[in-house]
Amino acid sequence: MRAGAILNAFALMEDFFRQLADDAPRWNFIWMYDDRQQGKVLSGLWMTVKLSILCLLFSVAIGLVGAWLQGARSVIARTFVQGYIQFFRNTPPLVQLLFFYFALGQFTPVVTGDDGWTVEPVISNVGWAVVSLSFFAGAFNVEIFRAGIEAVPESTVEASESLGFTRLQTYVYVVLPLAFRVCLPALNNNLVNLVKTTTQAYAIAVPELLYHSVSIWNDYPSAQYPTMLLVFVSYIVLVAILVFGMTKWESSMKIPGYGT
Amino acid sequence: MTWTSDQPIVSLKGVHKSFGELEVLKGISLDVMKGEVICIIGPSGSGKSTLIRCINGLNEIQKGSITVEGQEVHDPHLDKLELRKKVGMVFQQYNLFPHKTAIENVMMAPVLVLRQNKAEVETRARRLMAKVRLEGKENSYPGELSGGQQQRVAIARSLAMNPDVMLFDEVTAALDPETVKEVLITIRELAEEGMTCILVTHEMGFAREVADHIYFTDRGVIVEHGPPGTFFNEASDPRTREFLSQIL
Repeated sequence: MRAGAILNAFALMEDFFRQLADDAPRWNFIWMYDDRQQGKVLSGLWMTVKLSILCLLFSVAIGLVGAWLQGARSVIARTFVQGYIQFFRNTPPLVQLLFFYFALGQFTPVVTGDDGWTVEPVISNVGWAVVSLSFFAGAFNVEIFRAGIEAVPESTVEASESLGFTRLQTYVYVVLPLAFRVCLPALNNNLVNLVKTTTQAYAIAVPELLYHSVSIWNDYPSAQYPTMLLVFVSYIVLVAILVFGMTKWESSMKIPGYGT
Repeated sequence: MTWTSDQPIVSLKGVHKSFGELEVLKGISLDVMKGEVICIIGPSGSGKSTLIRCINGLNEIQKGSITVEGQEVHDPHLDKLELRKKVGMVFQQYNLFPHKTAIENVMMAPVLVLRQNKAEVETRARRLMAKVRLEGKENSYPGELSGGQQQRVAIARSLAMNPDVMLFDEVTAALDPETVKEVLITIRELAEEGMTCILVTHEMGFAREVADHIYFTDRGVIVEHGPPGTFFNEASDPRTREFLSQIL
């Protein structure tokens, strides 16, 4: 009975948008009643979410390791991190994506499919998008974490050293938790940018939201306005969720009586 | 060579330390026996804090030798962890971990560094909190405690590692006059229990009361030293006398 009611509501909604497309030819919300187009939107959205989450995690990991290496004794390690940052920060992310996919992609091994003659690269275009975008955002994260780490008083580090902590223990248990609190607003900004930059994966045919949206409005010019609107709204919502989470995290890490 | 308790627990011989061009310690020698309390006094910039920081290896030295229980501190092959288990340090600015509660501050090092059982460490940490008269403050964050309370947490945190020697680097210099006393009482109790203590301090009254031996440093050298009675009453060097006349 209840399920029937919901189905009925859906049918009514589909009818409404069909009618709207007929009445206003520029406002064809095709993905509200056409299952195939709806599937494209949903799978694109899902790909964007996956891409964002993976790049977010990897870029934060890269930032943490990079910031740690920046404080290493080895000159080679420090120079390497510096070179990495300069390269990824000073070149456009779109160019990086193309470079990773078309230039580096040629040198990666391929696997032969079950049929014995088709070949697939080990790293797909989605894989390269994750790699490229993670390194791009990671370069900024290194700098963000470095700023946070520098804000931790040297004397606090000395205290943990004189208690016998190793450099890694000091980093993990003392420096990072304090640095995190300092750099969360900046990290927040960079991660918001990262989510939006995932649209550039469109250039190497990663089937994310923008890719599918463009294909929809190429097939159905009448759906261009609604689909553009959908893209805007989707990113507004995605970023809002991220910012909401980060703000929650920020306030949950507030230390009573500290730094206010 | 193994160390026995009839030898100095901390021994400095001809220690030189420079920061770039600036020579801060110009040949410091001193011996501390187990259970002794020594106070290092002297004008600002005379190298007192540097001296104490060299003892647990926070600062490198250029010349001379520092041993703790017979172990050379500035041996490049030294296991710093072994040294830091023996030597506890309390700082002027407390340097507590602000994101951890008082009891977590005390527990962290034994759990992480010595890998001791968490439950046992907690029992001991609670005892230490009681010892420094901070029962009930276990779950407060450093930012919620007064300077004197924070400093006592810092003392408990060092004691949790069961050190053989405690270093106190001007631990009351950042405190209000009222809270100085509660910290000094804690240190005096430690001294009375036989803990080897090396203090850098400006509290002359306290030094006179608890110290077994007083060292007066000026411009990187030990000008004069002696037991408090002799030191305060019969100081012979004009520099010592001038210093004492200014602060007593």
